[in-house]
Amino acid sequence: MPGPAPDERMRPKGRRNTQGIRVDPEAEVTHEPRQAVLSALVKHRPGVLSEVSALFSRRQFNIESLTVGPTVDEDTARMTILIEEPEPGIDQAKKQLRKLVPVISVRELEGEAVRRELALVKVSGEKPDDVNAIADMYGGQAVDASTDSVTVEITGSKQKIDAAVEAFKQFDVQEIVRTGAAALERGPKTLEKDV
Amino acid sequence: MSERASVPKEEEETESETEQEPVTTGAQSVIRALENAGTDYVFGVQGGAIMPVYDALYDSDINHVTMAHEQGASHAADAYGIVTGDPGVCFATSGPGATNLVTGIADANMDSDPVIALTGQVPTEFVGNDAFQETDTVGITQPITKESYFAADSDTVGDNVSEAFALADAGRQGPTLVDLPKDVTQGETEVEPGKPETPDTYDVPEEADDENVQEAAEALAEADRPVILSGGGVIKANASSALREFAKEYEIPVITTMPGIGSFPEDHELSLEWAGMHGTGYANMAITNTDCMLAIGTRFDDRLTGGVDSFAPDAEVIHVDIDPAEISKNVYADYPLIGDAREVLRQLFDAMPRAPDADEWRDQCQEWKSEYPMDYDTPDDEPLKPQYVVEQFSEMTPDDTIVCTGVGQHQMWASQFWEYTEPRTWVSSHGLGTMGYGVPAAIGAKLAAPDQEVVCFDGDGSFLMTVQGLSVAVREQLDITYVVLNNEAVGMVRQWQDGFYEGRRMASEYPWIPQFDKLAEAFGARGFTLESYENVEETIQEARDYDGPSVIDAHIDPGENVFPMVPSGGDNGLFALNEDQLDMI
Repeated sequence: MPGPAPDERMRPKGRRNTQGIRVDPEAEVTHEPRQAVLSALVKHRPGVLSEVSALFSRRQFNIESLTVGPTVDEDTARMTILIEEPEPGIDQAKKQLRKLVPVISVRELEGEAVRRELALVKVSGEKPDDVNAIADMYGGQAVDASTDSVTVEITGSKQKIDAAVEAFKQFDVQEIVRTGAAALERGPKTLEKDV
Repeated sequence: MSERASVPKEEEETESETEQEPVTTGAQSVIRALENAGTDYVFGVQGGAIMPVYDALYDSDINHVTMAHEQGASHAADAYGIVTGDPGVCFATSGPGATNLVTGIADANMDSDPVIALTGQVPTEFVGNDAFQETDTVGITQPITKESYFAADSDTVGDNVSEAFALADAGRQGPTLVDLPKDVTQGETEVEPGKPETPDTYDVPEEADDENVQEAAEALAEADRPVILSGGGVIKANASSALREFAKEYEIPVITTMPGIGSFPEDHELSLEWAGMHGTGYANMAITNTDCMLAIGTRFDDRLTGGVDSFAPDAEVIHVDIDPAEISKNVYADYPLIGDAREVLRQLFDAMPRAPDADEWRDQCQEWKSEYPMDYDTPDDEPLKPQYVVEQFSEMTPDDTIVCTGVGQHQMWASQFWEYTEPRTWVSSHGLGTMGYGVPAAIGAKLAAPDQEVVCFDGDGSFLMTVQGLSVAVREQLDITYVVLNNEAVGMVRQWQDGFYEGRRMASEYPWIPQFDKLAEAFGARGFTLESYENVEETIQEARDYDGPSVIDAHIDPGENVFPMVPSGGDNGLFALNEDQLDMI
């Protein structure tokens, strides 16, 4: 005897959301994206940056900034990666990063971690005093000046730099470069040692 | 039957150590690293930049199998890896040699098959200059390997190969690659390669956390409708025996994934065979209605789950995997158990407080088996049904017969209508779905298990993609029976066109293909044609009896389609048993 047709078959009432998590059939559950700062120690060798960036691109992780630089150990570099993803995506990003052979360790830095970004802003040189005044307000300083332009350096949180850039717009911003965030955990915790 | 067919590495090492000459070049160090790791066979194709490595191979006891195309080299190595459990090795030169390997490397990566690819590269001083036959092999393969190494120095190139070997084999298996610039392999060195060791940043979990195991065991024992979902990882971890003991002791029905075929005997009453897009109706009913799923070594591929919103909607999921990144990637794991499948099964076995009380559920599963049997019609006045050919062949061969396939309808029939009872007897391309996998895979499988019968089911489209490999099977005198289930079409595409594209058969019909029996004879293999039911057995027997490669060109019913079917992204419980039901869902 052939069994029941598709719409007459036994089936349970439950369901999952698109992230494969069982949910109340009646309730709408979605995970809102949030920003996370991932800090990774990696082997300092050719190809590491491309390996990490290719991972984020092929797995469609939404990456806001990625910075990389040497550490006190010449064989080790440190990457700071800002991503914006719903919770399961952040978890996946950490796990996939840990799978890469040149990656030594990965940690998500907590909200209160020290986060700094550097920006260089080149503006018109017509009003150097005014430019200096604005730079002072944001704790920055002029690092280069010519008859036609002034270049200012500002360091701080993303929000502070956003605000500073906004303020410099009155001087006709000619060029701008931002590093993306570098971040460290507050207190004695490090990537190598949990406290 | 042992789960790992090859000779233990330790025995081989002691044998070869006595006669080793010191290395003098990077290339010799590369070959020495392979010897130290116990390599028996290398599949490859010669070429300019890899010549120093081949020259060093001249003096080695490692057997080299010259393939007709590098894609075949990577597939043969992949199949060798599946059947033996040890990494398969392939060689190719730089540029086109390396890019031709890529399909096989990607295939191995998707199916977690252990493969090492060694590619020639232009001399270091030319790298980056767009030199003749230069391509960025590491850049191309990095996303489809566990790691791709660029060998920078003759003194360390042997270590690179040792590490690549260890890495391919360790934890979740997979492909690795070492790119070998010609000056590095030609360069002088006296440095012997180090022991095969995984990189210090690579951790391999073994046992799962005891507390998690305890909780998972409680949940499973509490279940009313438990199932085990056994994936390819069970076979990779040599955990098939442990799985069998566990399932039988606690009387839990077992569903496999496609790569998990063979991890549990399909003739056992607890077996529901495999679930997914073309899985059995009973497996798909059970996976939909279970309230607790012990999933082992599976990555919950979309061809298995259908739409995740309707996948096992009531089930608490216990997910055993050696790769932490697979936990909750596609389906949320209520009980994540990170570890080696065999170890964790042993832990679970000890932790189970009692068997689940599931008499009713087991009866229900049996009822589904009788409600949704794997049936097909065989009217004598109609063309040959492919299912019949597969079923007959299955009945005529021993349990340890290895079945290889290409990709398409024939692959589904070979998996549905052959009865698998042993691990490492199903050799196929799952994740990547590589048409053309079959011909070279059968070569790798036969060399890996010379004492086992090897059958390759292929489709006409798939066979045509790598048919040049027949020349290798003939040269090596490999006793392989190829069965082309020939419907003069890329049948799976045609099936979808008929089902979902209003029958607009764009580029899917192949009335122009050659006569495969004659083509086989041209290569020096035996060729057979099969057109009717009456000589199926006889033809199969003749082909099996022939001591060498043979090809049966089986002209099957071109109208036959693969069922049951869950449309892409659909609900497993709503599988269609035929075209009419497909229209209903």
